[in-house]
Order: sequence, then C-alpha cells, then structure tokens
Amino acid sequence: MPDRELTFAEAIREALAEEMRRDPRVFILGEDVAEAGTPFKVLSGLFEEFGKDRVIDTPISEPGFSGIGVGAAMTGMRPVVDIMFGDFLGLVMDQVANQAAKVHYMSGGKLRVPMVFRTTMGATRRSAAQHSQSLHAWVSHIPGLKVAIPSTPYDAKGLMKTAIRDENPVVFFEDKMMYKLKGIVPTDEYTIPFGVADIKRAGDDITLVATSSMVQVALGAAEMLKEIGIRAEVIDPRTTLPLDKHTLVESAKKTSRAIVIDEGYEQYGVTAEIASVIADGAFYYLDAPVKRMGALDVPVPFSPVLEDLTVPTEQSVFEMAKMLCGK
Amino acid sequence: MTDHIDLEQSLHMYQQMAKIRAFEEQVNELYKGAKMPGLAHLYTGEEAVAVGVCEALQRDDYITSTHRGHGHCLAKGARVDRMFAELLGKEAGYCRGKGGSMHIADPDSGNLGANAIVGGSAGIATGAAMSAKMRGSGQVAVCFFGDGAMNQGLLYEVMNMAQLWKLPVIYVCENNLYNEYTHNNETTAGELSARARAFGMCAEIVDGQDVHAVYVAMQRLVERARRGQGPAFLQCDTYRYYGHHVGDINRAYYRSKEEELEWRTNRDPLKILGNWLIGNSLTDQSVLERIEADVNAEVESGVAFALDAPYPDVSEVDEDVYA
Ligand SMILES: Cc1ncc(C[n+]2csc(CCOP(=O)(O)OP(=O)(O)O)c2C)c(N)n1
Repeated sequence: MPDRELTFAEAIREALAEEMRRDPRVFILGEDVAEAGTPFKVLSGLFEEFGKDRVIDTPISEPGFSGIGVGAAMTGMRPVVDIMFGDFLGLVMDQVANQAAKVHYMSGGKLRVPMVFRTTMGATRRSAAQHSQSLHAWVSHIPGLKVAIPSTPYDAKGLMKTAIRDENPVVFFEDKMMYKLKGIVPTDEYTIPFGVADIKRAGDDITLVATSSMVQVALGAAEMLKEIGIRAEVIDPRTTLPLDKHTLVESAKKTSRAIVIDEGYEQYGVTAEIASVIADGAFYYLDAPVKRMGALDVPVPFSPVLEDLTVPTEQSVFEMAKMLCGK
Repeated sequence: MTDHIDLEQSLHMYQQMAKIRAFEEQVNELYKGAKMPGLAHLYTGEEAVAVGVCEALQRDDYITSTHRGHGHCLAKGARVDRMFAELLGKEAGYCRGKGGSMHIADPDSGNLGANAIVGGSAGIATGAAMSAKMRGSGQVAVCFFGDGAMNQGLLYEVMNMAQLWKLPVIYVCENNLYNEYTHNNETTAGELSARARAFGMCAEIVDGQDVHAVYVAMQRLVERARRGQGPAFLQCDTYRYYGHHVGDINRAYYRSKEEELEWRTNRDPLKILGNWLIGNSLTDQSVLERIEADVNAEVESGVAFALDAPYPDVSEVDEDVYA
C-alpha cells in the first residue's frame, strides 16, 4: 500500500475514524466537536460520518462531561473526551486524577476506565498564559494514567489507535503548533505500543531526548551539530507514562552525554524525571551531567518577543550540545 | 403509608434496614476497639433512604455512593462478610482491601463505587446513565450524595446534561442537615430541590425516615426514567444519629442532644415501619424480633469472618495500577 503525506491533525482524525468504524462503543464527547469539528478542525467530517449519537457536543462543562466520560467508560463504552485546551485540565483534574486514574486500583481490579482525554499543549501561538501551557507533567505524576505526547503524524495516528484500545485512561496531548505538520502515514493498519521510545535520528556523540514539538527542534539542532562534526542521537519517548527507560539509558551509555528537551515548565518537570532516569541508569558512562531544557518558569507571556524566549529553540539546543561536547 | 406494598416486601425492607443498623453498630465497635483502621462514617438513622431507593432498583441498575456508603452498598446487595473484610483491609474484601470504607465497589450488584470526594461521583453516575441509554440496556443509575454535595459545581454541570439528553439517572440527595460540622442553613442558599427544578427536572421531596414513602417515590421516578422521560431529583429528609465520623463525639457546638434524641425517639425508620406493620395487624413483634436476631447473627459471623481473614499479600501493592 502506498504511503501518503498527512498532516498531524489529519492523522489523528483518521485514527479516530478508523477506531469508530471498528468499534461501535467508541464515541466523542466535548465542546464544539460535532459540526464545528473543534476550533482546530481536527475532527472535521467525523460528525457527518458518525452522527450526533457518537460525536456529541457538550455544554461548556469540562468537569461534568469528563466525569460523564469516566462513568460511561466504567459501564461498557469507550469515550474520547475532548478538552479543548490543555490549560483547562485544571478544571477536570478531579475527574482525571481522583476518579479515572484510581477506579481500577481502588476497586481491587474489578472496574476499569478505558477512555481517552484528548487535549492540547504548546506555546508560540500568541495565545497567552491561559492557552499555552504544556501540562503533561501534571498528569504524568499520577499512577493509573497513561500519557501520550506524539511528535509526528505517523506517531500521532498509531498512538491514538493504541490509546483508544487501551483498557486504561489515557491523556493524549496534541501540540497545537504541530497540527499542520506533514509526515508520511501508511494506509495500512498499524498501532504503536505505549512505553516504546523511537530513535528519530541515530548518532553516537550526544543523546537529545525530546518530546512532542521539541522533537522537531532537536532534529533541527542535530542538523546544525552535524555541520560542526557532532553526531546527535534524537530519542522520542512518545509516552511519558509508561516511560521507556531502557532505550533512554542505552542511548546515554552509548553517547555518554544527554540533554532532555521538553515544552513543559522546567521546574519539577518531565525533563527532571527523564534526567534522573538517565543519571541513575548510565552514571558510570556519562562524561557530563545530564542537562535539562524546558519552558521558562514563567506564565507564558503574550508579546511575541517575550513568548519566543520561553521555549527551547534549535539554536539554544545547539549551544547547549556544543558546550556539553566541549566544542 | 401506602397499603399497596405487600407484607413480604415490607418485611424485606425491615430486614434490610435492620441489617444496615446492625452492621453499623459493629463498625462502631470495631473502630472503637481499634480493630478497624482509617475513618468510619456511620449511616445509622438514614437506613430508610438506601433501602427505599434500592428496593425500587434491579440488580443490574447502577448506584454510586459516598463516604457514608455502607448502607448503600448493603441495600444494593453487597454481602456483610465481604464488606467487613474490606473495612478491615483484608484480601477477601470487595476491593481486596485496597478501597476500604470509602471506596467499596461491587460491579456484580451494580455498585460503581463509593467516593471520598464530596459530589465526586455525580459524573460517574450520569455517565453510567448515558452509557445505559447508548447501549439501550434499560438500566437506570442512581447517584447518592449528601446535602453538603449540593454546593459542588459538578452536580449542576451533569444535571444540565442529564436533563438536556434525557438520561436515566436519579439524583438522590440525603439531606441529613449537616455538612460535616456545619448546619446547611449556613452553607446552602435557597431550597435544595429548587436547584434541580431550575433545569426543568422532575424533583420530589420525601420523608427519608419513612421507607415506604422513599420506595413509592423512587419507583415512580425509576419508571419514568426507564420510559425515556429523563432524570429526576429526590430529596430525602433524614438524620444521622452519630457524629460525622466515629471520632466526632462532642457535637454540642453544632447540634443539640435534644435534637438527636427527638430524631432517635420519634423519627426512627425502623420504629416507623415496625409500628405501621404492627398497628395494621400485618405482623407482630415476634416476627420483627426474629428478623433482628437473624441479621444480628449474620453480622456477627461476618465480623468473625473478616477478623480471621488474611491480609493481602505484600506483592499485591503494585498490582492493578493498570488494567
Ligand atoms: C471535595 C471534598 N471536600 C471536602 C471533603 C471533606 N468532607 C468529607 S465528608 C464532608 C461533609 C459532607 O457532607 P454531606 O455531603 O452533607 O454528606 P454527609 O456527611 O452529611 O452524609 C466533607 C466536607 C471531601 N471529602 N471532599
């Protein structure tokens, strides 16, 4: 079957459509998901194909429809709940962290919550402090959840299909800056297992562990590093929960240097967890401390000149890698 | 009192209430004897609500429960021995000892779990009703919560959707007057049921000490929900005899001894049903005493079972994080 190029948004839509065709229990719940197809148009066309009983517009009641998703998942359905912006996770955290994540364990394994919370992350859209955060570290903190943060259309489709088929609650982060990103997506059926990192580019001088949109940044930096003779390996964990510790540690052992790049806030962030995993597993192989690069620890500012300072860039990753490699 | 409820059913409801009462008395003893870890929120005094409501349900209908949930679980069909085992953190418990008093779940009897977040299960119950409607199963879902939970926003978000989408869910508010240690006239503006009526929802208020009244109202609401006529709200006025939790002994600063005595003496759900049965010459005292003796025996052997039961193996601590 021929491969084609799809955008990140099209890949997610295709995953949802295929899963809804495959499994009548799958349905979508959220604000403006039906005719409007969400503000980002990620779901365009699903309402036309699946109708109002499976693509359901809700009131602006994030905790309410998230909780309804939990109850529906517990009783035989497989809801995909759309949280328009990741920032609104603050509203639904009880349903995510206290309800969805805990039901299986608290019930001694008798109940389960097979559902997906789809939401966004990512700054640099001039959306200001309440629409720009990358809050995947919040949910990656909670046992019982799974957390996917894809970086390419291919990964987005394969991980979304896995998320929908998973028996557990999955929080699925889509970087809104990547919706138009194009990439090869096979027409053949495939899924991508959770907890398996992907080597996006092989190299042996330094490991760049990057997540979501930062994968593109790391790949750009790797290209620049090549010019000065540094071969960078770019690794994308693809899911922060579960986390593929093995691949991260093996890469760091091979290269002896590592930078972790992520768009969440740096303090107490995903980068801290990954850096600690690498430091623990590859300590005797490292030639330098593991470095972390995350979003600046400030509410994301509106002004473009300020906002652009808050996220790691190809240039800043390049500089950090150069320094670590002693060049 | 309605007289179309037959004797057999009345005696069954009496038995269920007596079982909850005996169960809770034992919980009190276990807790005071330091045999039960954690917290215990007793349901004593409120038995007619759980029993009247669950009597109108079928086994595969759903309930969600609260921190004060032992009565709901028993009324929906949970076994005494496995309940005690769960309360003591034993492997034979409904959740293998991982849930405890505030998280008992028993999918076999339609119990989707007690919830320690006040109001937290309103979404789950509403979602279960949505799922029942989507699957065309004919099931209904009941959401139990206290009057304190009436000030949580989640409840109103889901009531709005339940009414918009005509979901088969019944919101049962157990109005026992107190939100922990504060009377609800200090916490709650307006009328409780008016809040449900604001959504255009069918709302009723019943005497929550009268099990027949609860049952009859509930039957009506369940039938209309099954017919596709949508959700309803049932306010049951009731009272908890003990403190908010077992350790809440000095209650004088928030409610009087006279008030407690008045409810216990003149508003007791077991006495109300017992007097009605005897007053109408439907049964006599000896029948009620035998019922009580039977449930006491069941509760005693349940406690013995739980005390003897083994704790879970330590290897279970990280089991069931994921399904
Ligand atoms: C969200 C939340 N806030 C506070 C608490 C602490 N708390 C536990 S029970 C309770 C009072 C609940 O009152 P009500 O809903 O009337 O139920 P009742 O105890 O009277 O049955 C409170 C405040 C909690 N468990 N959850």
